[in-house]
Amino acid sequence: MNVSAIIEIIVAVMVLAGTVLSLLSSLGFIRLPDIYTRSHAATKSVTLGILFILLGTFIYFWFMHGLISIRLLLGILFVFLTAPVAGHLVIRSAYRSGVKLSDTSVKDELRDDLKKMKQLEQYHSKEG
Amino acid sequence: MTLQILLNLVIGMVWMLLHDEWNMLTFTIGYLIGMIFIFALRRFFPGRFYGIKIWSIIKLLLLFNIELVKSSLVVIGQITRPKLNIQPGIFKLETKLKSDWEIIMLTNMLALTPGSAVLEIAPKEGIMYIHAMDVAEFKQSIVRTKDLFEEAIIEVMR
Repeated sequence: MNVSAIIEIIVAVMVLAGTVLSLLSSLGFIRLPDIYTRSHAATKSVTLGILFILLGTFIYFWFMHGLISIRLLLGILFVFLTAPVAGHLVIRSAYRSGVKLSDTSVKDELRDDLKKMKQLEQYHSKEG
Repeated sequence: MTLQILLNLVIGMVWMLLHDEWNMLTFTIGYLIGMIFIFALRRFFPGRFYGIKIWSIIKLLLLFNIELVKSSLVVIGQITRPKLNIQPGIFKLETKLKSDWEIIMLTNMLALTPGSAVLEIAPKEGIMYIHAMDVAEFKQSIVRTKDLFEEAIIEVMR
């Protein structure tokens, strides 16, 4: 078994792992009960899936064609920077516009605090 | 710290000039030699040796990647269970980080770690509201990872 065969196997495993991760997290979209838990599936597993696929591609081009593509690494970096922000914004705006938590939820420590915050804001805007 | 990095770049350039070989390899060798010089003379610079900071950045990235892999496995474990058995919820966490950048880093990293997503931040009080996929199961581990990340971020930023 020569080097290129080993590299090919590694790349295949990585790309396959990434694909399976993406598939499973899209399964999560269907199965999970509400938007908040769905955002978990959207941010975590998908990010890792993309990491695996792009890293596999990077290794393939590096060893097979001697091509170091910085753009692929930058792609990973930007996905890592943007995916959590997007997830955070989606659930934050969902909560503020009153989307309910699923019935199985056991705890909500934000509701009262947010009410207080809004009352404070209204109070201040009246004063000003 | 900026001074140290600049000086190190200049040493790398001078090394290339002296060798009259304009390529990445010569520059890298010169840069490493410059780093050794700056490390030896670190007493005379204001601030700490900047290599320490780079090392702590690498440590933070490693920690982050390990947590990311763990969290993906946890989420997938939850999703593929034949009967969905989770108790999601929102709870408060206090953070000792102060500046905006530190809080942004912590938020971004917590969003990608086991079963947690940051819902709302109150920066003045230093409180984060975190939505967990399974409160009973994950609260301990979320608090633990938060402490780990806080330590690492403080090491990088201060």
